[in-house]
Amino acid sequence: MHLVAQIRMALLSHFRRRRASVHLDDEIRDHLERQIAENITAGMSLDEARLVALRQFGNPALIREQTRSTWTGAWLDSLLGDLRYVSRTLIHSAGFTSMTVLIIALGVGANVALFTLVHRVLLNPLPYRDPGQLVSIYEHDASGSNTHGYLPVAAGSFFEWQRASRGVAEMAMVSPFQAYNVSSEGGKLPEKIEAGMCSWNFFSILGVNPTLGRTFGPSDDTPGSEATVILSAAFWHRRYASDPSIIGKKVWLDAKPYTVIGVMPESFVYTGAFGGNTDQVWTPIGHEFPPSLMTTFEDHEVIVVARLLYGTTLQALVSRLAAVQKQIKTAHPGPAVRDSVIGRTMLDDAVQDYKTPLYALLAATGCVLLIASMNVASLLVARLSARRKELAIRVALGGGWVRIMRERILESLLLSTVGGAVGLLLAGAAIQWLVKTREDMNRVEAIHIGAVEIGFAILAIIATALFSGLISAFSSNLKDVLSGLQDSSRTLSSSRARAGLRRTLLVLEVSLTVVLLVGAGLLLKSYQRLRSTDLGVPIDNVLTMHFGLPEARYKTSVQRIAFFENVLSQVRALPGVQSAGLVSAAPGQGYGGDDLVTVVEHPPLPKGTGLDLQNRGADPGYFAAIQIPLVRGRIFTSDERLQRANVVVISQKAADLCFPGEDPIGKRIKVSIDGRVGEVVGVVGDTRWNIAQPAMPMMYWPVLSGDWSNMTLIVRSPSNVSALAMPIQKIIGSLDPDLPVSGVRTIRESIAKSTIDSQFDSLLVLAFAVIALVLAATGLYGVLTYLVTQRTSELGIRIALGARREQLLGTLLLDGLRPALLGMLVGLAASAGAARLIASMLYETKPLDPAVFVAVTALLLIVAASACILPAWRASRLDPMQALRME
Amino acid sequence: MGKPSDLVQGTLDLLILKTLLLEPMHGWAIAKRIQQLSGEVLQVQQGSLYPALHRLEQQGWIKAKWAESETGRQAKFYALTAAGRSQLEKETANWNRLSAAINLVVSEA
Repeated sequence: MHLVAQIRMALLSHFRRRRASVHLDDEIRDHLERQIAENITAGMSLDEARLVALRQFGNPALIREQTRSTWTGAWLDSLLGDLRYVSRTLIHSAGFTSMTVLIIALGVGANVALFTLVHRVLLNPLPYRDPGQLVSIYEHDASGSNTHGYLPVAAGSFFEWQRASRGVAEMAMVSPFQAYNVSSEGGKLPEKIEAGMCSWNFFSILGVNPTLGRTFGPSDDTPGSEATVILSAAFWHRRYASDPSIIGKKVWLDAKPYTVIGVMPESFVYTGAFGGNTDQVWTPIGHEFPPSLMTTFEDHEVIVVARLLYGTTLQALVSRLAAVQKQIKTAHPGPAVRDSVIGRTMLDDAVQDYKTPLYALLAATGCVLLIASMNVASLLVARLSARRKELAIRVALGGGWVRIMRERILESLLLSTVGGAVGLLLAGAAIQWLVKTREDMNRVEAIHIGAVEIGFAILAIIATALFSGLISAFSSNLKDVLSGLQDSSRTLSSSRARAGLRRTLLVLEVSLTVVLLVGAGLLLKSYQRLRSTDLGVPIDNVLTMHFGLPEARYKTSVQRIAFFENVLSQVRALPGVQSAGLVSAAPGQGYGGDDLVTVVEHPPLPKGTGLDLQNRGADPGYFAAIQIPLVRGRIFTSDERLQRANVVVISQKAADLCFPGEDPIGKRIKVSIDGRVGEVVGVVGDTRWNIAQPAMPMMYWPVLSGDWSNMTLIVRSPSNVSALAMPIQKIIGSLDPDLPVSGVRTIRESIAKSTIDSQFDSLLVLAFAVIALVLAATGLYGVLTYLVTQRTSELGIRIALGARREQLLGTLLLDGLRPALLGMLVGLAASAGAARLIASMLYETKPLDPAVFVAVTALLLIVAASACILPAWRASRLDPMQALRME
Repeated sequence: MGKPSDLVQGTLDLLILKTLLLEPMHGWAIAKRIQQLSGEVLQVQQGSLYPALHRLEQQGWIKAKWAESETGRQAKFYALTAAGRSQLEKETANWNRLSAAINLVVSEA
């Protein structure tokens, strides 16, 4: 309260100030007149009397200043005065001001935007009750070679774990990567939605309550119970127009009726390493999974979420469960049973993939802000030296040094505040754009600018202001400024020193720029590599779309085959369709499942091991349609269907893995989990399931066996394949009006989608690097121009004495380039270290990629040389007469 | 420059308050009175009086009023307030203690 009272006083007296000043003048004059009168009475002449009176009194101007400074709120007064003065000089030099504000706005804006991301995505707790106690538990292959350490869990293991952790942790499971077909109803189109199947206690363990209705109870989570479903707020708003009476109503999922028992709040989202943030509904897993899937240790379909009870640590829980899993492995030595357990906090689970890229980007923006403030400092120093005479006069007239220092700080504070405010607006726009373009990112819904972000912006502004203000304030000292009065342009020492400071800043600036350029170069190269990777098939003009036949309606194999063949024959007859085929998962569109197999003809493998092959179903026309080359043997025929579909086609890698050094044709492979046996009839080329991952060994089974229900239709056309999307959807709609079609896109689009991370990171870092390069170039240009101006008369003398202009040009150019070269060396060394930190973001690109380093060096040299050439050339063309006359 | 270096630090306030105890005065008169009362020993640099006067006024120990002076011109008269009186007592006591202590040390030597 004391401070408030003081400020109120200060403001009040600020307005009485003018009158009080007049009164003070009167008072001092009165005093002097009395003294003069007394002196005259004592016998002095008028002039002498005045002189003596003044001597006795002291400097009236100073006394006035000192007196005024005792008044309440004097600080405010002088601050306002300074502010007025500083803003007037800033407005006066509009070019300088707008340039500086722009630089700071870019620096602060980029930082606030990235900080917002890091804070909201990586650091902000998840929106659950007591989220610090929540952990995600996965199976782990301690002895295997799987690179991804966190593997989904088999439901059978979950129940064992749950039993073993009683009193230590509460556990729920969720299978977040499920999907349903929602039937058309009341004029709404059928659609395919993503769904999570979870144990009944999933929501209570997370500690979230529904906005409507209730969550699952134990009785919902059994095979025999009535089918129930909980809707997400988004799905409820979109498809059911937020109908408040939805509870108790039926919705049709996969052609079966489900009773809606609850609606989750808007804020609820489950986000894990295996997805879930796009789930629209949740169903009880015990009702949805067949009983065999609930007891198996071999089929890994769920993620386990646990709430640690008081006094338990994640580590303790994991080691307890690892022991349990080891026992399971001993008791069930099947090849697909895993032998260990691994866990991490739920927050880490959600954001692990974004950690390195986001921190790398934040570091990049930090560099940009640092470069920006160095540039601002450099500009301020340059401006200060242009104003040296003015400052010298002020100091000579009694202007306080502290006051001049304060002005410097105030100046940079003003610039930073305006720049920062603009930057905050930029950051807001950037965040909005980002949230729109990166809907795929986990936790993107949580990103917004809040109080913490604004606090960060204020800190960034203050840091920028202090950094640039202090550098400019300390760049010249009192003596230096006073010498400005005697200074003619022929004395160089002081200006040299000031340029020295700017040079040091430049070295730093250039080295940070090099780090950013190298980072951007590596990421771009990695992105380029990624985009030009061969998927294994030609990717142009291929359209894909998914559909899944619900079991309730397509009960038999014959029904499913009939539907597939109907679709294929009608689509193939469509004008513009070159070829069409069916596959369970198209190249570049996802993992699509794998199975462990053994070769029947080979001696049995050690217990608990098998050969891991990716699993696909395909129709006989698929290989020709997608243009996977046949290496040897043949593709299965349309006659090999139903019971006769005991044939399999394998990829080259699968052949190498299962049949090293022998002919696979005619041999048989056996799938461990269901005992299915197929004769290998052909070997085809490899394809990648994800553009960024190496191709895996793969096997193709005939879809005409009728065992498959989820299909991707692929269509190749000579040109403009996207135009076929509508007619094909119409064909499917005419065959089954309740069957939703999803994922309609070209292979090229799906590759773009899986490279968006890489594209995003590389383009952002590139943008920052370009900003840095421009700033560094202007810095180089500015310093050299300044040096040349300072040395005009010296250069004039040299030319007059016969110095060769080319030689002069060379000297000057070298002078300007020296900080650039030094900075480049420092920067290259620093990049070598920094590049290792982003190694995990690089695809087929070494952190020390020589091409990138060479290119960056060349680019920097060219830019630095062009920034220096103009001032150097201008100086070498000086007219000596003019230069010497110029003072 | 500008500081009453020939006065013991911090005693200027005491002197002003003491001077004003008799009657309201303007600045010049205060300076004169201090000079006279001290037997011309304490030479107040006249200018330095004003920052002190204004500070005391801000603290509420003295109050100022513009009034006609003996010469017929308007002058700013300072007068002691109640708060100033008690402040004077406090500072006098302080001073007495301090000077007695110094005396002790000096005469002991």
